[in-house]
Amino acid sequence: MLTNREKEQILISSGVDVRKCMRCGKCTGTCPAYDEMEYHPHEFVYMVEKGEIEKLMNSSSIYKCLTCFACVERCPRGVEPAKIIEAVRLAVIRKQGNNHIKAEDIPCMAEDDDTPGQLVVSAFRKYKK
Amino acid sequence: MIFSYYPGCTLKTKAKELDAYARRSAEALGITLSELPEWQCCGGVYTTAEDEIATKLSSVRALMEAKKEGHALVTLCSACHNVIKQTQYALNTDDDMAFKVGNYMQCDARAEADTKVIHYLELLRDIVGFDELKKNVKNPLTGKKIAAYYGCLLLRPSSAMQFDNPENPKIMEDFIRAIGATPVIYPMRNECCGGYITAEDPAMAKKNSTAVWESAKDFDADYIITACPLCRYNLIKSESPLPVIYFTELLAEALDVK
Ligand code: SF4
Ligand code: SF4
Ligand code: SF4
Ligand code: SF4
Repeated sequence: MLTNREKEQILISSGVDVRKCMRCGKCTGTCPAYDEMEYHPHEFVYMVEKGEIEKLMNSSSIYKCLTCFACVERCPRGVEPAKIIEAVRLAVIRKQGNNHIKAEDIPCMAEDDDTPGQLVVSAFRKYKK
Repeated sequence: MIFSYYPGCTLKTKAKELDAYARRSAEALGITLSELPEWQCCGGVYTTAEDEIATKLSSVRALMEAKKEGHALVTLCSACHNVIKQTQYALNTDDDMAFKVGNYMQCDARAEADTKVIHYLELLRDIVGFDELKKNVKNPLTGKKIAAYYGCLLLRPSSAMQFDNPENPKIMEDFIRAIGATPVIYPMRNECCGGYITAEDPAMAKKNSTAVWESAKDFDADYIITACPLCRYNLIKSESPLPVIYFTELLAEALDVK
């Protein structure tokens, strides 16, 4: 079981006030990762509020967010759901041995001659600690 | 007129043309881009977590370097621009962040990083002026129908970016008009191409990118322009039938410095 302390950590890390959410679903409606997500942006906000954090931490949804900021821009309440998703992902990958992408995954990308450095550093930043 | 310039790592490797055309065009418009003497990769994507400090420091250093040089800082890659602007916004709005960054850097980070940051497109709009740009065009791209692809990072979050209307931007369309071509407005121009997800889930990136070029194609564009190497890569990888080129290449062509 995750303690309240861990929920607190996600709230602090994200800087999000989950209580501001009015559950309109606009964030989820605008999310370009919708089809690939098991839990959607509004569910992240709700489930963190309820303390159902373990389910989120174990879901591949944390790796599907594109950091496109559409939900951040379009939420009528300024909740900024992407920040919650990022905080949950960090709570996972910050743990020893939990990198989602490893350096070995990179050589195959380097073979592809056009791969921009931007892709490699961005993926590392989002998936690896 | 001299500006400090942060090219970013990708413009030194896989996107050299984005950089070269930008520098040549700036010279032709009487603007000198002076590359920062020292800079590091911004990391490609902003970490929104408020307890992430180290990942923000390369941007803080770039801001401080430019401040020392005494010039506003020009960026070109959409991602660099986003990371640097969001970092500066966090410094300015989050006291705790400013304090912690200051501890790392041993300085008053907020004050020493308060450089003005503008994207190259803003340089064209606000410093050169699109009317003036138009007067300098030697080789107008008359008759070309061009779809501007903004993607996410130039526009959002608008609180930090302050770039253009995030839902109905016009800076790139005004640029297209200034070089004599015709802008194509299409629904997906400010939606996401998938970005870094191409490293994690290539099928997902392909789906998102395809939706972008299909939308541009439906509205009869001849080609798509972008400021972002990753947008370009994703659109090309998803087999866009429309050529995807950097806006600076068209600029150089119009100014006849290509
Ligand atoms: S858009 Fe904002 S208010 Fe609406 S559900 Fe999402 S987070 Fe809650
Ligand atoms: S930032 Fe993430 S969660 Fe928000 S809309 Fe984009 S992909 Fe969806
Ligand atoms: S955004 Fe890109 S190109 Fe720009 S410095 Fe950062 S990683 Fe490199
Ligand atoms: S459109 Fe694509 S590469 Fe461009 S900013 Fe969005 S995710 Fe990034």
